[in-house]
Amino acid sequence: MIISVASGKGGTGKTTVATNLAVSLGGNIQFLDCDVEEPNAHLFLDPDIQEVETVTTPVPEVDEEKCTLCGKCAEICQFKAIVVIGETVLAFHELCHSCGGCMEVCPEKAISEVGRELGLIERGYRDGLEFVHGRLRVGEAMSPPLIRQVRTYQDSNRVTIIDAPPGTSCPVIAAMKGADFVLLVTEPTPFGLHDLKLAVGAVRVLGIPSGLVINRSDLGDEKVKQYAEQEGIPVLLEIPFDRKIAESYSRGELIVEVMPEWKERFVDLYNRIEGIVKGN
Amino acid sequence: MKELVIISGKGGTGKTTLVAAFAVLAEGKVLCDADVDAADLHLIMDPAVQERHDFTGGHTAVINSDKCTQCELCRDLCRWDAISEDFVVDSIECEGCGVCYYFCPEKAIDFPENTCGQWFISNTRFGPMVHASLGIAEENSGKLVTLVRQEAKKLAEKNQLNLILTDGPPGVGCPVIASIGGATAVLIVAEPTVSGKHDMERVAQLASHFRVPCLLCINKYDLNLAETEALEALAESKGIGIVGKIPFDSTFTEAMVQGKAILEFDRGALGTEAVYTVWANLSEALKI
Repeated sequence: MIISVASGKGGTGKTTVATNLAVSLGGNIQFLDCDVEEPNAHLFLDPDIQEVETVTTPVPEVDEEKCTLCGKCAEICQFKAIVVIGETVLAFHELCHSCGGCMEVCPEKAISEVGRELGLIERGYRDGLEFVHGRLRVGEAMSPPLIRQVRTYQDSNRVTIIDAPPGTSCPVIAAMKGADFVLLVTEPTPFGLHDLKLAVGAVRVLGIPSGLVINRSDLGDEKVKQYAEQEGIPVLLEIPFDRKIAESYSRGELIVEVMPEWKERFVDLYNRIEGIVKGN
Repeated sequence: MKELVIISGKGGTGKTTLVAAFAVLAEGKVLCDADVDAADLHLIMDPAVQERHDFTGGHTAVINSDKCTQCELCRDLCRWDAISEDFVVDSIECEGCGVCYYFCPEKAIDFPENTCGQWFISNTRFGPMVHASLGIAEENSGKLVTLVRQEAKKLAEKNQLNLILTDGPPGVGCPVIASIGGATAVLIVAEPTVSGKHDMERVAQLASHFRVPCLLCINKYDLNLAETEALEALAESKGIGIVGKIPFDSTFTEAMVQGKAILEFDRGALGTEAVYTVWANLSEALKI
């Protein structure tokens, strides 16, 4: 069972929901923080990191001895990542999407591949919970390849909780694709609703069942609930604004640690998700 | 001309709320929403769209099954596993690299340009605004960000306005990099939480990497005074100027629900005084 926790709008409580859900379930589960631009789950789960791996993506290196400046590499590259200027070929590694086209097309076999560092993957444990996250190198633009790399750790025999990045474009898709369920976390405000609609659109493109957690459910208005009802999206949990929750969050504490009565609600949330997925 | 870009690293710290407040206070400016992935500024600004343009960016491969001989070359070359066993391209997975299109021996692959969003020039009660919407599950958000910023600049030049206020996206990846390059300064809006501090540090590092001067505003500072102090110490150690601290105030949410900037909604609210101070300090720092 793979549950991806996403939101559209940032700061609605994805990490709060994902971490509390994971810890409430306990036992042999997996947590993948795929918000690689700004990973935060480790601050709440405090895993014992045991492995660190540098992730790279292949980019071209041109052997000037073999290169005849024919320009075929520049012609095939859609991303202007390799160009011929005068008597030299320049490869702009940061623009390269790693398609391998230039290497394939080069008639002189003058192009080989070297690695551009995307970031790190760190892996560890918190009790029985396996924790994996990606940390995008600051200055690196492309997060989807690193997200896909984090997801190679996915183990289909276990419950996997994925903390997705905000937004609705390629990084979010990379964190949701192939999930059994997308748990959308929103707040009942105009911004929350607007971005929720975009997130629902993305989930529908992928054809994944979804449900809603409404965070700070008493600050705002009723429009998120009306929308959910209209669209037939179940509201699975509401978390009211509570200064105690906000303050414990600010210190990096889980809700279920500060208010153990919440554990049952998160277990119940999981049971409802399981019911929906198995009913499909 | 000056451009101030409001970013945060972590999402939901109050970027758009602050941009809307600054829109009330700043004179002679263009508003620019560079959070094209989940644009929200228009929900407060209520823009009257004057110009609407399609945004084309990138290509997607399409296999013509009449010409395809199922030779498998495209499937072998594609590094995104975007081509199915029955030779259909998954447009979500397709990176738009064109390798299959280039090498197909039967010329059975088309490679049309994508229309992946729209961008707009609008009028608002606070002046002109450039904004956009990226199609769902689309790529090229960085290119669209670059485009809206260029158009905002053109619009400012045309109308002889000296300031662009840009609402940036969360994170540190492609759209953020596209948002901050060449800006006069970035204002980081951070919350006093362990995650807020973690993310602020990364986005400040990004701004420094691209040599854009950085300023800091701490939002909801009273939720955790110890973390607020930690943010202040961090800013000081990195030479980041602090333009103010805003207290937690649910009036901000009430104003948003009404589609109003905080300063239009309740000028006497607890948080508004801090917003005035932040703007005064910003104006001084940027000499606007």
